[in-house]
Amino acid sequence: MIDLTINGEERSLDVDGEMPLLWALRDVAKVKGPKFGCGIAACGACTVLVDGAPTRSCVTPMETVEGAQITTVDGLAVGETLHRVQEAWIAEQVAQCGYCQSGQIMSAVALLNEVPNPTDEDIDDAMSGNLCRCGTYPRIRAAIKRAAEQNSAVKPETVEG
Amino acid sequence: MGKILRRTFLIGTAAIAGGVAFGAYKVLETPENPLEAKRGSGENPFNPYVTITDNDVVSVYVPRSEMGQGVATTLVALVAEELDVPVERIRTLIAPASDAYFNSTMMHELVPFGHLDRGVLAQSSRAATRAVGKIFGIQATGGSSSTRDAFEPMRRAGAAARETLKLAAAEQFSIAVDRLSTADGAVELPDGTRLTYGSLAQAASALEPPTDIELRDPSTWTVLGKSQPRTDMRAKVTGAPIFGMDVDLPDMLYATIKMNPRLGGPMLSFNAREARKVRGVIDVIDISRDGEPFGGGFAVVAQDTWTAFKAAELVDVEWGEAPYPSTTDAIMEQIGDALDNGSGFHPRNDGDVDTAFADARRDRVIEARYQVPYLAHATMEPMNATALLSADGERLDIWAGTQAPTIALEDCAHEAGVAEENTFVKITYLGGGFGRRVEVDFVRYATRIAKAFPGRPVKTVWSREEDMTHDAYRPAAMSSWRALLGDDGVPVAIDARIACPSIMKSALDRFYPSLFAVGPDSSIAQGAYDQPYSVENYRVSDIIADVAVPVGIWRSVGNSYNGFFQESFIDECAHAAEMDPLDMRLALMKDYPTAQAAIKKVADMARWSAPATPGRAKGMAFTLSFGTWVAQVVEVESRDDGIAITNVWCAADSGRVIDPGICKAQLMSGIVFGLSSALGQAITFEDGMVQETNFDTFDAMRIDQCPDIHIELLENADHMGGMGEPGTPPSIPALANAIFALTGERVRSMPLSDSMDFV
Repeated sequence: MIDLTINGEERSLDVDGEMPLLWALRDVAKVKGPKFGCGIAACGACTVLVDGAPTRSCVTPMETVEGAQITTVDGLAVGETLHRVQEAWIAEQVAQCGYCQSGQIMSAVALLNEVPNPTDEDIDDAMSGNLCRCGTYPRIRAAIKRAAEQNSAVKPETVEG
Repeated sequence: MGKILRRTFLIGTAAIAGGVAFGAYKVLETPENPLEAKRGSGENPFNPYVTITDNDVVSVYVPRSEMGQGVATTLVALVAEELDVPVERIRTLIAPASDAYFNSTMMHELVPFGHLDRGVLAQSSRAATRAVGKIFGIQATGGSSSTRDAFEPMRRAGAAARETLKLAAAEQFSIAVDRLSTADGAVELPDGTRLTYGSLAQAASALEPPTDIELRDPSTWTVLGKSQPRTDMRAKVTGAPIFGMDVDLPDMLYATIKMNPRLGGPMLSFNAREARKVRGVIDVIDISRDGEPFGGGFAVVAQDTWTAFKAAELVDVEWGEAPYPSTTDAIMEQIGDALDNGSGFHPRNDGDVDTAFADARRDRVIEARYQVPYLAHATMEPMNATALLSADGERLDIWAGTQAPTIALEDCAHEAGVAEENTFVKITYLGGGFGRRVEVDFVRYATRIAKAFPGRPVKTVWSREEDMTHDAYRPAAMSSWRALLGDDGVPVAIDARIACPSIMKSALDRFYPSLFAVGPDSSIAQGAYDQPYSVENYRVSDIIADVAVPVGIWRSVGNSYNGFFQESFIDECAHAAEMDPLDMRLALMKDYPTAQAAIKKVADMARWSAPATPGRAKGMAFTLSFGTWVAQVVEVESRDDGIAITNVWCAADSGRVIDPGICKAQLMSGIVFGLSSALGQAITFEDGMVQETNFDTFDAMRIDQCPDIHIELLENADHMGGMGEPGTPPSIPALANAIFALTGERVRSMPLSDSMDFV
């Protein structure tokens, strides 16, 4: 049994310690937001926050996240109220097929937590590990900037790590 | 209509004509409405697209697969425009697999006539394919056809529902129907009373709709022609479980497969002793079948996906040989041999090319050879499907992100030995398609594995490695070109030879092995023979290279490489003639004002004629594909550590635009897809095995490489074009031409990264 907190909920999962966090989330905890894309941390579709840090869950063994706080895209909204990054994604109509967007959004959330007003270079650095085969990058960039503006317009908020 | 008829459509135009003669009566018949089954459960079906519940839930069933191209929004908007219900109030559902959702427009691409050919033979062949799509009930998403195909029937579905709702109100209140109006989901009586659609739905859905409904004039549209918020956006930003990968059923098992990495080769032996010892492994089964073009292999069934992946690595297996040359060099040699020695057919043969060149001055002749590699689709979501065969073996359910639901249904029913009427395919959202999900392999394997566990759903997920090394690849292709320049520099003769494995033949082997492909495959020369360039003597040879690597439909198909071949060559001609590439194209396009307008527009947008920014250069290209005229300019910059792509300008004319926001998104997507391939993608073979296994060796453009993309839509064209694919073909040559302008180096072989570094 490995204990951890997933989107604010304490869970105890009966899994092999070597099982990647991604598959424990998807197949065991039934949290489907993080997506399987590559299994080698090359595409970013599986990105989640582990104690606030953006992490490729497909290469993160469960034994390394015992007791950790996991946030996935499924846990960003508070009730019906979406996170400002999600709102910005809707405003810019970012997603096409949408499969990579869970990971894109989590990387963007992590970036904005760290750098409230990112430059283009900051966005490149934080987001280049997230592949999008639909090529939504220009709209991703616009959405991050929009969310950053929202951030400075209202009080900075913290996202549960 | 049984299997035999459905299977004949793929063979070619001759068989298409035969099919129409055979089934003419069928064209007049209305296919059964698959939504009739919902009548008992509170939904009142008006037609195969629209249901309305008594409590005012209006549902639209989208007959195409949503893979990012926005059909779950645009096709809903078509209904909304006529039904007078706002898009955001409509419940959007993906329709199930059914003959009622046949796609007739996609078949147009099968006829060997270019978009510009509006002659009697070309038009009657297109009319025949339209009927064929209906007869054979091919429900498929591809060929940039969804909006074009739905434009009439889905507006008509909305209008028919609206008019029957009015009829029901007229009957109920004994008022003449022409005194009623509709707005915002209700029928309005002359005194202002509003009757919601739900209150009328039961009665209305039982009525025959009037046959003389006139669709609304575009000048009165309030929904169409405007950008709509995507109906699936909220689901996609909240991580909702909408993809095939996310299917989760009670008591479900998880499987993965491993097929011979030498594509099509047999599995000689396998030993699963170690794999079976892994905790959570339920079984390891041989899933090879004789005569199947996918070759041999096995499946591991387990309690979770990761256990299946892990155990698959422990199986000791001996793989047989591949049915094609074992290295890329040997394969390209075979294609080159076809190019030099093969005979082909001529989808374009204007004037007298041989005579023109026989009399030519050597210094006026330009010659070049080009080649492109195999490419994987590499959809973000690896192949997967879930299947459930009932305990009694009588019913089969499939959940899959397929682009070809009725083909999948037929294939899976046959695989499971279940009647087609007892087989149900539920189409999930697709994590990318690009043509890969037209294939049947992933649904067939899911069914085969589930057949071993009757009564239990089995989700079969491919590893990324399995996905990338077992694709139906964009074929490698080679071409040779020569042009004779006239006195004004503009070519008076062009002779193009294009050699490429046949997608049609390869697909037929996979889908319908009992049939043989006969005759030419016009997709080989697609994007070269059908362009709006007037040259007195113009011949295109379409040559099949016989290589058994599985090849398939990849975003823009033949246009993806012929755009590069032809537009690079036109650029070479322009430079040889010391002409501006813009002027060269305008001269060649003299008979096609739509094409000229697109290229002039993009030249304006890109400030083509202004002095170049120091260290930067621009390249231009044009491709007409899937009915859409697309001109692009790519700008590159020389930097210390390599070349950067800084800007892309794109002017696209698809005729009437239904949703500008989604159209621009599609063009942007097509551009990034094309540039990604040029920047560094190639599928190569060693020892018969694909060497690129994951995104570390087969990458795509990342956000830090992505240029600023500027798109303008034109509406001059007189036929509606598609949007999913036409952005891709010109992006690749525009980049290659920009690099020539920047460096003086003409790269004639893809990917460009073999010849230079990119940042």
